[in-house]
Amino acid sequence: MQAVFFYLFATSMIASAGVVIFARNPVHSVLFLILAFCNGAGLFLLAGAEFLAMILIVVYVGAVAVLFLFVVMMLDVDFAQLKQGFIKYLPIGVAVGVVVLAELGMVAIGWSSAPSAPDAVANPIIPQMSNTAALGQILYTKYVIFFQASALVLLTAMIGAIVLTLHHKPSVKRQKIAEQNARTRENVIEIKKVPFRTGV
Amino acid sequence: MLTIGLTHYLVVAAILFTLGVAGIILNRKNIIVILMSIELILLSVNLNFVAFSQSLSDLTGQVFALFVLTVAAAEAAIGLAILVAFYRNRGTISVEDINSLKG
Repeated sequence: MQAVFFYLFATSMIASAGVVIFARNPVHSVLFLILAFCNGAGLFLLAGAEFLAMILIVVYVGAVAVLFLFVVMMLDVDFAQLKQGFIKYLPIGVAVGVVVLAELGMVAIGWSSAPSAPDAVANPIIPQMSNTAALGQILYTKYVIFFQASALVLLTAMIGAIVLTLHHKPSVKRQKIAEQNARTRENVIEIKKVPFRTGV
Repeated sequence: MLTIGLTHYLVVAAILFTLGVAGIILNRKNIIVILMSIELILLSVNLNFVAFSQSLSDLTGQVFALFVLTVAAAEAAIGLAILVAFYRNRGTISVEDINSLKG
């Protein structure tokens, strides 16, 4: 049963990853990227990483892929023109792909683990504990520094994305509180002595 | 064939990684698809981490995959923000036109 689902998820993930690369329309690419992530989440579930599978759905499908979809639809780009070099790059792309696949295939099939590897396990999986609880128990104790560092990475990314995309239109009037507070009575109010019956 | 072991996961991750690398080379002009290919590569790396985590029965791989996921989300957000800012300035997202720094 597990094998059936493994092959189902694996083949559809690889097929949809192929469509991501070869699709003419980037919107189709994004939609098949979402399908690839969903199948990847299925593979994570089969490997016993339930928390990561759910995070993959929430973060990738819910946030990253929707962000991609948003940008693809927002930018009014001539995508046919962007596709032009495809045939030109096809031989070198296939060549590099074959070489990388051959190398990785050799590693994936011909590997052997060190005899001391089972003794070097840092955080053994406890079968009685759920995956989420076990992850939380080491993430907030042993890896708390890395957890905080990844939070900083996300904060930096958030601020960077806002700074990059925010732009002020000069036509929109805004309240400038610092300028308002910097006004003093001396440089704002001017007292004029108006002579009688002559005007200013 | 019917018992799924570590090698099965490694082969699937290798194929996915290759598709990502080939996607970067094939879609040299379309930077959105290049970013999507990078996401595919990161997914294949995460698959390797999780497969090894299961096979060695060690949670560390899943913790690391979580951090990879964080960095991937940050990278996608920044990349797309740069893309939007670039499109606003130049009216195109063709990679060949992004050569102002060439000198």
